[in-house]
Amino acid sequence: MDVSMTVNGSTHANDVEPRTLLVHHLRDGLGLTGTNIGCDSSSCGACTVHMNGESVKSCTVLAVQADGQDITTIEGLADTARSDGSSTGDMDWHPMQEAFQQCHALQCGYCTPGMVMASVSFLKENPNPTEAQIREGLEGNLCRCTGYHNIVKAVESVAGGAS
Amino acid sequence: MIPAAFDYTVAESADHAIQLLGEYGDEAKLLAGGHSLIPMMKYRLATPTQLIDVGRLDDLSYIRRENGHIAIGAMTKHAQLETSDVLAADCPMLQHVAALVGDPSVRHRGTLGGTLAHSDPASDLPAAVLALGGTIVAQGPNGTREIASSEFFTGYFESVLAEDEMIVEVKVPAGSAGWNYQKFNRRAQDWAIVGVAVADGGSGISLVNMGSTPIRATAAEEALAGGASIADAAALAAQDTDPPEDLNADGEYRAHLARVLTQRALEAANG
Ligand SMILES: Cc1cc2nc3c(=O)[nH]c(=O)nc-3n(C[C@H](O)[C@H](O)[C@H](O)COP(=O)(O)OP(=O)(O)OC[C@H]3O[C@@H](n4cnc5c(N)ncnc54)[C@H](O)[C@@H]3O)c2cc1C
Ligand code: FES
Ligand code: FES
Repeated sequence: MDVSMTVNGSTHANDVEPRTLLVHHLRDGLGLTGTNIGCDSSSCGACTVHMNGESVKSCTVLAVQADGQDITTIEGLADTARSDGSSTGDMDWHPMQEAFQQCHALQCGYCTPGMVMASVSFLKENPNPTEAQIREGLEGNLCRCTGYHNIVKAVESVAGGAS
Repeated sequence: MIPAAFDYTVAESADHAIQLLGEYGDEAKLLAGGHSLIPMMKYRLATPTQLIDVGRLDDLSYIRRENGHIAIGAMTKHAQLETSDVLAADCPMLQHVAALVGDPSVRHRGTLGGTLAHSDPASDLPAAVLALGGTIVAQGPNGTREIASSEFFTGYFESVLAEDEMIVEVKVPAGSAGWNYQKFNRRAQDWAIVGVAVADGGSGISLVNMGSTPIRATAAEEALAGGASIADAAALAAQDTDPPEDLNADGEYRAHLARVLTQRALEAANG
Protein backbone atom coordinates (compact mmCIF):
# COMPACT_ATOMS: atom_id res chain seq x y z
CA MET A 1 0.00 0.00 0.00
CA ASP A 2 1.31 3.46 -0.89
CA VAL A 3 1.95 5.76 2.03
CA SER A 4 3.37 9.23 2.09
CA MET A 5 4.42 11.03 5.22
CA THR A 6 6.57 13.96 6.22
CA VAL A 7 9.50 12.74 8.27
CA ASN A 8 11.77 15.37 9.79
CA GLY A 9 10.59 17.89 7.25
CA SER A 10 10.88 15.88 4.05
CA THR A 11 8.22 13.85 2.30
CA HIS A 12 8.72 10.12 1.92
CA ALA A 13 6.47 8.06 -0.34
CA ASN A 14 6.81 4.30 -0.04
CA ASP A 15 5.00 1.06 -0.64
CA VAL A 16 4.45 -0.74 2.68
CA GLU A 17 2.58 -3.81 3.83
CA PRO A 18 -0.39 -2.68 5.97
CA ARG A 19 0.98 -4.61 8.93
CA THR A 20 4.28 -2.69 8.92
CA LEU A 21 4.74 -0.89 12.21
CA LEU A 22 5.75 2.75 12.03
CA VAL A 23 8.96 2.00 13.94
CA HIS A 24 9.99 -0.59 11.34
CA HIS A 25 9.13 1.75 8.51
CA LEU A 26 11.31 4.46 10.06
CA ARG A 27 14.22 2.17 10.87
CA ASP A 28 14.23 -0.34 8.04
CA GLY A 29 12.37 1.56 5.33
CA LEU A 30 13.86 5.02 5.81
CA GLY A 31 17.11 4.10 7.57
CA LEU A 32 16.37 6.30 10.59
CA THR A 33 17.79 4.01 13.25
CA GLY A 34 17.85 6.64 15.99
CA THR A 35 14.45 5.42 17.13
CA ASN A 36 15.03 2.29 19.19
CA ILE A 37 12.89 -0.76 19.81
CA GLY A 38 12.89 -1.89 23.43
CA CYS A 39 9.92 -3.93 24.55
CA ASP A 40 8.06 -4.05 21.24
CA SER A 41 4.90 -4.15 23.36
CA SER A 42 3.91 -0.52 24.04
CA SER A 43 5.45 -0.41 27.51
CA CYS A 44 8.96 1.07 27.45
CA GLY A 45 8.77 4.18 25.28
CA ALA A 46 12.13 3.57 23.57
CA CYS A 47 10.35 3.93 20.23
CA THR A 48 8.74 7.31 21.03
CA VAL A 49 8.48 9.70 18.08
CA HIS A 50 6.23 12.69 17.43
CA MET A 51 3.19 12.41 15.23
CA ASN A 52 1.82 15.88 14.45
CA GLY A 53 3.84 17.18 17.38
CA GLU A 54 2.58 14.69 19.97
CA SER A 55 4.53 11.79 21.45
CA VAL A 56 3.45 8.33 20.27
CA LYS A 57 4.91 4.88 20.67
CA SER A 58 5.87 3.99 17.12
CA CYS A 59 5.77 0.25 17.86
CA THR A 60 2.03 0.68 18.41
CA VAL A 61 1.22 2.75 15.34
CA LEU A 62 0.92 1.23 11.87
CA ALA A 63 2.85 2.94 9.09
CA VAL A 64 -0.45 3.19 7.19
CA GLN A 65 -1.94 5.13 10.12
CA ALA A 66 0.84 7.67 9.68
CA ASP A 67 -0.04 8.18 6.02
CA GLY A 68 -0.34 11.92 5.41
CA GLN A 69 0.94 12.77 8.89
CA ASP A 70 3.91 14.75 10.12
CA ILE A 71 6.51 12.63 11.92
CA THR A 72 9.54 13.83 13.84
CA THR A 73 12.20 11.42 15.06
CA ILE A 74 15.25 12.08 17.24
CA GLU A 75 17.23 12.74 14.03
CA GLY A 76 14.92 15.64 13.21
CA LEU A 77 15.09 17.35 16.56
CA ALA A 78 18.50 19.02 16.35
CA ASP A 79 17.78 20.73 13.03
CA THR A 80 14.65 22.43 14.24
CA ALA A 81 16.07 23.61 17.55
CA ARG A 82 16.88 27.22 16.89
CA SER A 83 14.36 29.40 15.16
CA ASP A 84 16.80 32.33 15.31
CA GLY A 85 19.48 30.31 13.56
CA SER A 86 21.98 30.58 16.43
CA SER A 87 24.36 27.70 16.85
CA THR A 88 25.87 25.99 19.87
CA GLY A 89 28.94 24.62 18.15
CA ASP A 90 29.50 21.56 16.02
CA MET A 91 25.93 20.42 16.13
CA ASP A 92 22.82 22.47 16.60
CA TRP A 93 21.35 20.39 19.40
CA HIS A 94 17.83 20.81 20.68
CA PRO A 95 17.81 22.31 24.21
CA MET A 96 16.53 18.99 25.53
CA GLN A 97 19.45 17.12 23.97
CA GLU A 98 21.86 19.64 25.47
CA ALA A 99 20.19 19.29 28.86
CA PHE A 100 20.51 15.51 28.73
CA GLN A 101 24.23 15.96 28.09
CA GLN A 102 24.71 18.60 30.77
CA CYS A 103 22.79 16.70 33.43
CA HIS A 104 24.27 13.27 32.64
CA ALA A 105 20.74 12.06 31.97
CA LEU A 106 21.92 8.92 30.23
CA GLN A 107 24.20 5.98 30.78
CA CYS A 108 23.88 3.29 28.12
CA GLY A 109 21.74 5.65 26.04
CA TYR A 110 19.26 3.05 24.84
CA CYS A 111 16.19 4.81 26.24
CA THR A 112 17.51 8.27 25.41
CA PRO A 113 15.98 8.98 21.99
CA GLY A 114 12.54 8.01 23.28
CA MET A 115 13.10 9.82 26.57
CA VAL A 116 14.09 13.03 24.77
CA MET A 117 11.13 12.85 22.38
CA ALA A 118 8.70 12.18 25.24
CA SER A 119 10.22 15.04 27.28
CA VAL A 120 9.88 17.54 24.43
CA SER A 121 6.25 16.57 23.87
CA PHE A 122 5.56 16.70 27.61
CA LEU A 123 7.00 20.21 28.04
CA LYS A 124 5.02 21.46 25.08
CA GLU A 125 1.84 20.43 26.88
CA ASN A 126 3.07 21.35 30.38
CA PRO A 127 5.45 24.31 30.09
CA ASN A 128 5.88 24.82 33.84
CA PRO A 129 5.71 21.40 35.45
CA THR A 130 6.49 20.43 39.02
CA GLU A 131 9.00 17.66 39.58
CA ALA A 132 6.16 15.26 40.34
CA GLN A 133 4.43 16.18 37.09
CA ILE A 134 7.64 15.50 35.15
CA ARG A 135 7.90 12.07 36.73
CA GLU A 136 4.30 11.31 35.84
CA GLY A 137 4.68 12.78 32.38
CA LEU A 138 7.54 10.38 31.67
CA GLU A 139 5.88 7.33 33.18
CA GLY A 140 5.60 5.69 29.79
CA ASN A 141 9.35 5.71 29.31
CA LEU A 142 11.55 3.22 31.10
CA CYS A 143 15.26 3.65 31.80
CA ARG A 144 17.12 0.70 33.21
CA CYS A 145 20.30 2.66 33.98
CA THR A 146 19.93 6.13 35.39
CA GLY A 147 17.47 5.82 38.24
CA TYR A 148 15.63 8.69 36.52
CA HIS A 149 16.92 11.51 38.77
CA ASN A 150 19.14 13.10 36.17
CA ILE A 151 16.53 12.72 33.46
CA VAL A 152 14.07 14.62 35.63
CA LYS A 153 16.75 17.26 36.31
CA ALA A 154 17.37 17.66 32.59
CA VAL A 155 13.69 18.23 31.89
CA GLU A 156 13.47 20.63 34.85
CA SER A 157 16.41 22.63 33.55
CA VAL A 158 14.81 23.05 30.12
CA ALA A 159 11.47 23.98 31.69
CA GLY A 160 13.17 26.54 33.94
CA GLY A 161 15.14 27.94 31.04
CA ALA A 162 12.06 28.32 28.91
CA SER A 163 10.02 30.24 31.45
CA MET B 1 6.37 -8.64 16.78
CA ILE B 2 4.40 -7.93 13.65
CA PRO B 3 0.67 -8.60 13.32
CA ALA B 4 -0.60 -11.26 10.90
CA ALA B 5 -1.32 -9.89 7.43
CA PHE B 6 -4.51 -7.90 6.84
CA ASP B 7 -6.01 -5.47 4.37
CA TYR B 8 -6.47 -1.89 5.46
CA THR B 9 -9.18 0.56 4.43
CA VAL B 10 -9.65 4.12 5.61
CA ALA B 11 -13.33 4.77 6.37
CA GLU B 12 -14.62 7.99 4.81
CA SER B 13 -17.51 8.27 7.29
CA ALA B 14 -19.31 6.30 9.97
CA ASP B 15 -21.79 5.14 7.28
CA HIS B 16 -18.91 3.90 5.16
CA ALA B 17 -17.36 2.04 8.11
CA ILE B 18 -20.67 0.34 8.87
CA GLN B 19 -21.16 -0.60 5.23
CA LEU B 20 -17.66 -2.16 5.19
CA LEU B 21 -18.38 -4.01 8.45
CA GLY B 22 -21.47 -5.45 6.76
CA GLU B 23 -19.49 -6.52 3.71
CA TYR B 24 -16.57 -8.11 5.55
CA GLY B 25 -18.48 -9.68 8.45
CA ASP B 26 -16.47 -11.23 11.25
CA GLU B 27 -13.22 -10.93 9.28
CA ALA B 28 -13.18 -7.22 10.00
CA LYS B 29 -12.35 -4.97 12.92
CA LEU B 30 -12.58 -1.24 13.34
CA LEU B 31 -9.29 0.47 14.14
CA ALA B 32 -9.57 3.59 16.29
CA GLY B 33 -6.46 4.52 18.28
CA GLY B 34 -5.13 0.98 17.95
CA HIS B 35 -3.79 0.97 21.47
CA SER B 36 -5.66 -2.16 22.44
CA LEU B 37 -6.12 -3.73 19.03
CA ILE B 38 -2.55 -3.47 17.69
CA PRO B 39 -1.02 -5.09 20.81
CA MET B 40 -3.65 -7.86 20.58
CA MET B 41 -2.85 -8.39 16.92
CA LYS B 42 0.87 -8.56 17.66
CA TYR B 43 0.21 -11.29 20.22
CA ARG B 44 -2.17 -13.01 17.74
CA LEU B 45 -4.99 -12.65 20.26
CA ALA B 46 -6.85 -10.99 17.41
CA THR B 47 -6.30 -11.84 13.75
CA PRO B 48 -8.72 -9.75 11.70
CA THR B 49 -8.00 -9.89 7.97
CA GLN B 50 -9.65 -6.52 7.34
CA LEU B 51 -8.95 -3.39 9.32
CA ILE B 52 -11.26 -0.43 8.85
CA ASP B 53 -9.57 2.73 10.08
CA VAL B 54 -12.09 5.02 11.77
CA GLY B 55 -9.38 6.89 13.65
CA ARG B 56 -9.36 9.65 11.02
CA LEU B 57 -13.06 10.49 11.39
CA ASP B 58 -12.47 13.90 12.91
CA ASP B 59 -16.17 14.75 12.89
CA LEU B 60 -16.54 12.07 15.61
CA SER B 61 -14.07 13.92 17.81
CA TYR B 62 -15.88 16.50 19.98
CA ILE B 63 -16.97 17.27 23.53
CA ARG B 64 -20.05 19.46 23.80
CA ARG B 65 -22.79 20.43 26.21
CA GLU B 66 -26.29 19.41 25.25
CA ASN B 67 -29.36 19.84 27.45
CA GLY B 68 -28.45 18.26 30.78
CA HIS B 69 -25.67 16.06 29.45
CA ILE B 70 -22.34 16.13 27.71
CA ALA B 71 -21.99 14.47 24.31
CA ILE B 72 -18.58 13.10 23.43
CA GLY B 73 -17.67 11.80 19.98
CA ALA B 74 -16.38 8.22 19.90
CA MET B 75 -13.05 9.24 18.35
CA THR B 76 -12.25 11.72 21.10
CA LYS B 77 -8.83 10.85 22.43
CA HIS B 78 -8.03 10.39 26.11
CA ALA B 79 -5.71 13.43 25.89
CA GLN B 80 -8.62 15.57 24.68
CA LEU B 81 -10.78 14.44 27.61
CA GLU B 82 -7.91 15.23 29.93
CA THR B 83 -7.59 18.82 28.70
CA SER B 84 -11.28 19.61 28.10
CA ASP B 85 -12.66 22.76 29.72
CA VAL B 86 -16.20 21.46 29.23
CA LEU B 87 -15.41 18.35 31.25
CA ALA B 88 -13.45 20.32 33.85
CA ALA B 89 -16.59 22.35 34.53
CA ASP B 90 -19.34 19.80 33.97
CA CYS B 91 -17.91 16.32 34.39
CA PRO B 92 -14.62 16.54 36.26
CA MET B 93 -14.57 12.82 37.02
CA LEU B 94 -14.22 11.89 33.36
CA GLN B 95 -11.43 14.39 32.91
CA HIS B 96 -9.62 13.13 35.99
CA VAL B 97 -9.96 9.46 35.03
CA ALA B 98 -8.81 10.07 31.45
CA ALA B 99 -5.58 11.54 32.82
CA LEU B 100 -4.92 8.28 34.70
CA VAL B 101 -5.05 6.05 31.62
CA GLY B 102 -1.65 4.61 30.69
CA ASP B 103 0.86 7.37 29.92
CA PRO B 104 0.78 10.53 27.77
CA SER B 105 1.73 8.71 24.56
CA VAL B 106 -1.07 6.18 25.08
CA ARG B 107 -3.48 9.05 25.74
CA HIS B 108 -2.45 10.76 22.50
CA ARG B 109 -3.80 7.76 20.59
CA GLY B 110 -6.46 5.89 22.61
CA THR B 111 -10.10 6.91 22.12
CA LEU B 112 -13.18 6.87 24.35
CA GLY B 113 -15.14 4.81 21.82
CA GLY B 114 -12.26 2.35 21.52
CA THR B 115 -11.88 1.77 25.24
CA LEU B 116 -15.65 1.21 25.65
CA ALA B 117 -15.86 -1.14 22.66
CA HIS B 118 -12.82 -3.04 23.91
CA SER B 119 -14.78 -3.75 27.13
CA ASP B 120 -11.81 -4.62 29.29
CA PRO B 121 -12.98 -4.88 32.93
CA ALA B 122 -9.55 -3.56 33.97
CA SER B 123 -9.98 -0.31 32.05
CA ASP B 124 -10.64 3.00 33.77
CA LEU B 125 -12.96 4.98 31.52
CA PRO B 126 -15.64 2.28 31.07
CA ALA B 127 -16.06 2.11 34.86
CA ALA B 128 -16.25 5.90 35.07
CA VAL B 129 -18.95 6.03 32.37
CA LEU B 130 -20.82 3.26 34.21
CA ALA B 131 -20.71 5.06 37.58
CA LEU B 132 -21.92 8.24 35.89
CA GLY B 133 -24.86 6.38 34.36
CA GLY B 134 -23.69 7.24 30.85
CA THR B 135 -25.22 6.17 27.56
CA ILE B 136 -23.50 4.69 24.54
CA VAL B 137 -24.80 5.67 21.11
CA ALA B 138 -24.22 2.95 18.53
CA GLN B 139 -24.82 3.24 14.81
CA GLY B 140 -25.70 0.26 12.65
CA PRO B 141 -27.11 -0.30 9.16
CA ASN B 142 -30.57 0.72 10.40
CA GLY B 143 -29.60 3.89 12.22
CA THR B 144 -28.58 4.63 15.77
CA ARG B 145 -29.64 3.26 19.13
CA GLU B 146 -28.88 4.35 22.66
CA ILE B 147 -27.57 1.76 25.09
CA ALA B 148 -27.44 2.39 28.83
CA SER B 149 -23.94 1.74 30.12
CA SER B 150 -25.49 -0.63 32.68
CA GLU B 151 -26.67 -2.80 29.75
CA PHE B 152 -23.61 -2.45 27.56
CA PHE B 153 -20.93 -4.78 28.95
CA THR B 154 -21.59 -8.52 28.74
CA GLY B 155 -18.27 -10.26 29.55
CA TYR B 156 -14.50 -10.15 29.14
CA PHE B 157 -13.90 -8.03 26.03
CA GLU B 158 -17.57 -8.43 25.09
CA SER B 159 -20.43 -6.01 24.75
CA VAL B 160 -23.90 -5.90 23.25
CA LEU B 161 -22.52 -4.22 20.11
CA ALA B 162 -23.48 -6.16 16.98
CA GLU B 163 -20.81 -7.06 14.45
CA ASP B 164 -21.94 -4.30 12.10
CA GLU B 165 -22.38 -1.63 14.77
CA MET B 166 -20.06 1.16 15.69
CA ILE B 167 -20.00 3.44 18.73
CA VAL B 168 -20.42 7.00 17.49
CA GLU B 169 -21.05 8.91 20.71
CA VAL B 170 -21.03 8.66 24.48
CA LYS B 171 -23.34 10.73 26.67
CA VAL B 172 -22.75 11.44 30.33
CA PRO B 173 -24.95 13.48 32.65
CA ALA B 174 -23.53 16.93 33.41
CA GLY B 175 -22.71 17.37 37.04
CA SER B 176 -19.82 17.77 39.38
CA ALA B 177 -21.46 16.65 42.64
CA GLY B 178 -19.40 14.45 44.96
CA TRP B 179 -17.17 12.30 42.80
CA ASN B 180 -13.95 10.38 43.30
CA TYR B 181 -11.84 7.79 41.52
CA GLN B 182 -9.44 5.45 43.26
CA LYS B 183 -6.97 3.56 41.08
CA PHE B 184 -4.77 1.09 42.88
CA ASN B 185 -1.75 -0.20 41.03
CA ARG B 186 1.84 -1.06 41.68
CA ARG B 187 3.67 0.03 38.54
CA ALA B 188 3.74 3.23 36.51
CA GLN B 189 1.38 3.37 33.48
CA ASP B 190 -0.34 0.16 34.55
CA TRP B 191 -3.95 -0.90 34.61
CA ALA B 192 -5.73 -0.85 37.97
CA ILE B 193 -5.41 -3.94 40.15
CA VAL B 194 -8.72 -2.66 41.48
CA GLY B 195 -10.35 0.69 40.87
CA VAL B 196 -13.44 2.39 42.26
CA ALA B 197 -15.43 5.21 40.69
CA VAL B 198 -17.94 7.17 42.76
CA ALA B 199 -20.37 9.59 41.11
CA ASP B 200 -23.03 11.84 42.56
CA GLY B 201 -22.01 11.37 46.19
CA GLY B 202 -22.35 7.59 45.96
CA SER B 203 -25.55 7.02 44.02
CA GLY B 204 -23.24 5.60 41.36
CA ILE B 205 -20.40 3.33 42.51
CA SER B 206 -18.58 1.14 40.01
CA LEU B 207 -15.68 -1.26 40.28
CA VAL B 208 -12.71 -1.89 37.99
CA ASN B 209 -11.27 -5.39 37.67
CA MET B 210 -13.73 -7.05 40.05
CA GLY B 211 -15.38 -9.34 37.49
CA SER B 212 -15.68 -9.99 33.79
CA THR B 213 -17.09 -6.52 33.17
CA PRO B 214 -16.95 -3.17 34.90
CA ILE B 215 -19.71 -3.51 37.51
CA ARG B 216 -21.85 -1.39 39.79
CA ALA B 217 -21.43 -2.04 43.51
CA THR B 218 -25.19 -2.31 43.87
CA ALA B 219 -25.28 -3.49 47.48
CA ALA B 220 -23.12 -0.59 48.61
CA GLU B 221 -25.15 1.90 46.56
CA GLU B 222 -28.42 0.63 48.06
CA ALA B 223 -27.11 0.64 51.61
CA LEU B 224 -25.96 4.22 51.21
CA ALA B 225 -29.30 5.27 49.73
CA GLY B 226 -30.99 3.59 52.71
CA GLY B 227 -29.04 5.72 55.15
CA ALA B 228 -26.12 3.42 56.05
CA SER B 229 -22.83 4.99 57.08
CA ILE B 230 -20.01 5.16 54.55
CA ALA B 231 -18.11 2.47 56.45
CA ASP B 232 -21.11 0.13 56.50
CA ALA B 233 -21.87 0.71 52.82
CA ALA B 234 -18.23 0.25 51.78
CA ALA B 235 -18.12 -3.06 53.65
CA LEU B 236 -20.62 -4.34 51.04
CA ALA B 237 -18.60 -3.19 48.03
CA ALA B 238 -17.35 -6.64 47.05
CA GLN B 239 -20.72 -8.34 47.43
CA ASP B 240 -21.78 -10.33 44.34
CA THR B 241 -18.46 -9.76 42.58
CA ASP B 242 -16.28 -12.39 40.96
CA PRO B 243 -12.80 -10.91 40.99
CA PRO B 244 -10.13 -12.40 38.73
CA GLU B 245 -6.97 -13.95 40.15
CA ASP B 246 -3.62 -13.13 38.60
CA LEU B 247 0.01 -12.32 39.43
CA ASN B 248 -1.03 -9.07 41.07
CA ALA B 249 -3.70 -10.28 43.41
CA ASP B 250 -5.97 -13.16 44.36
CA GLY B 251 -9.71 -12.76 44.67
CA GLU B 252 -9.74 -12.24 48.41
CA TYR B 253 -7.18 -9.45 48.21
CA ARG B 254 -9.13 -7.80 45.40
CA ALA B 255 -12.31 -7.95 47.50
CA HIS B 256 -10.41 -6.32 50.35
CA LEU B 257 -9.14 -3.60 48.00
CA ALA B 258 -12.66 -2.99 46.69
CA ARG B 259 -13.95 -2.38 50.22
CA VAL B 260 -11.05 -0.15 51.27
CA LEU B 261 -11.03 1.86 48.03
CA THR B 262 -14.80 2.29 48.09
CA GLN B 263 -14.57 3.69 51.60
CA ARG B 264 -11.81 6.09 50.56
CA ALA B 265 -13.69 7.14 47.44
CA LEU B 266 -16.95 7.72 49.32
CA GLU B 267 -15.20 9.70 52.03
CA ALA B 268 -13.42 11.87 49.47
CA ALA B 269 -16.59 12.33 47.40
CA ASN B 270 -18.52 13.44 50.46
CA GLY B 271 -15.68 15.28 52.19
C1 LIG C 1 0.92 0.77 27.38
C2 LIG C 1 -0.58 0.89 27.51
C3 LIG C 1 -1.11 1.20 28.74
C4 LIG C 1 -2.49 1.32 28.89
N1 LIG C 1 -2.98 1.62 30.13
C5 LIG C 1 -4.30 1.72 30.31
C6 LIG C 1 -4.84 2.04 31.59
O1 LIG C 1 -4.11 2.28 32.57
N2 LIG C 1 -6.19 2.11 31.72
C7 LIG C 1 -7.03 1.91 30.66
O2 LIG C 1 -8.22 2.01 30.82
N3 LIG C 1 -6.55 1.61 29.42
C8 LIG C 1 -5.22 1.51 29.24
N4 LIG C 1 -4.74 1.22 27.98
C9 LIG C 1 -5.68 0.99 26.87
C10 LIG C 1 -5.97 2.29 26.13
O3 LIG C 1 -6.84 3.07 26.90
C11 LIG C 1 -6.60 2.00 24.75
O4 LIG C 1 -6.36 3.11 23.97
C12 LIG C 1 -8.09 1.76 24.72
O5 LIG C 1 -8.40 0.67 25.53
C13 LIG C 1 -8.59 1.40 23.34
O6 LIG C 1 -8.86 2.54 22.60
P1 LIG C 1 -8.35 2.62 21.11
O7 LIG C 1 -8.98 3.83 20.53
O8 LIG C 1 -6.89 2.55 21.08
O9 LIG C 1 -9.04 1.35 20.45
P2 LIG C 1 -8.53 0.28 19.38
O10 LIG C 1 -7.35 -0.42 19.92
O11 LIG C 1 -8.40 0.91 18.05
O12 LIG C 1 -9.78 -0.68 19.36
C14 LIG C 1 -10.10 -1.50 20.47
C15 LIG C 1 -11.30 -2.39 20.12
O13 LIG C 1 -12.47 -1.61 19.99
C16 LIG C 1 -13.01 -1.68 18.66
N5 LIG C 1 -13.45 -0.33 18.37
C17 LIG C 1 -12.68 0.79 18.39
N6 LIG C 1 -13.44 1.88 18.18
C18 LIG C 1 -14.72 1.45 18.03
C19 LIG C 1 -15.97 2.11 17.81
N7 LIG C 1 -16.06 3.43 17.72
N8 LIG C 1 -17.07 1.34 17.73
C20 LIG C 1 -17.00 -0.01 17.85
N9 LIG C 1 -15.85 -0.67 18.04
C21 LIG C 1 -14.72 0.04 18.14
C22 LIG C 1 -11.90 -2.21 17.81
O14 LIG C 1 -12.41 -2.92 16.70
C23 LIG C 1 -11.16 -3.10 18.77
O15 LIG C 1 -11.79 -4.33 18.87
C24 LIG C 1 -3.35 1.12 27.78
C25 LIG C 1 -2.81 0.81 26.54
C26 LIG C 1 -1.44 0.69 26.38
C27 LIG C 1 -0.90 0.36 25.04
S1 FES D 1 9.39 -0.52 21.87
FE1 FES D 1 7.62 0.69 21.69
S2 FES D 1 7.07 1.02 23.75
FE2 FES D 1 8.76 -0.34 23.95
S1 FES E 1 20.38 5.13 29.84
FE1 FES E 1 20.38 2.98 29.69
S2 FES E 1 18.25 2.56 29.56
FE2 FES E 1 18.26 4.66 29.99
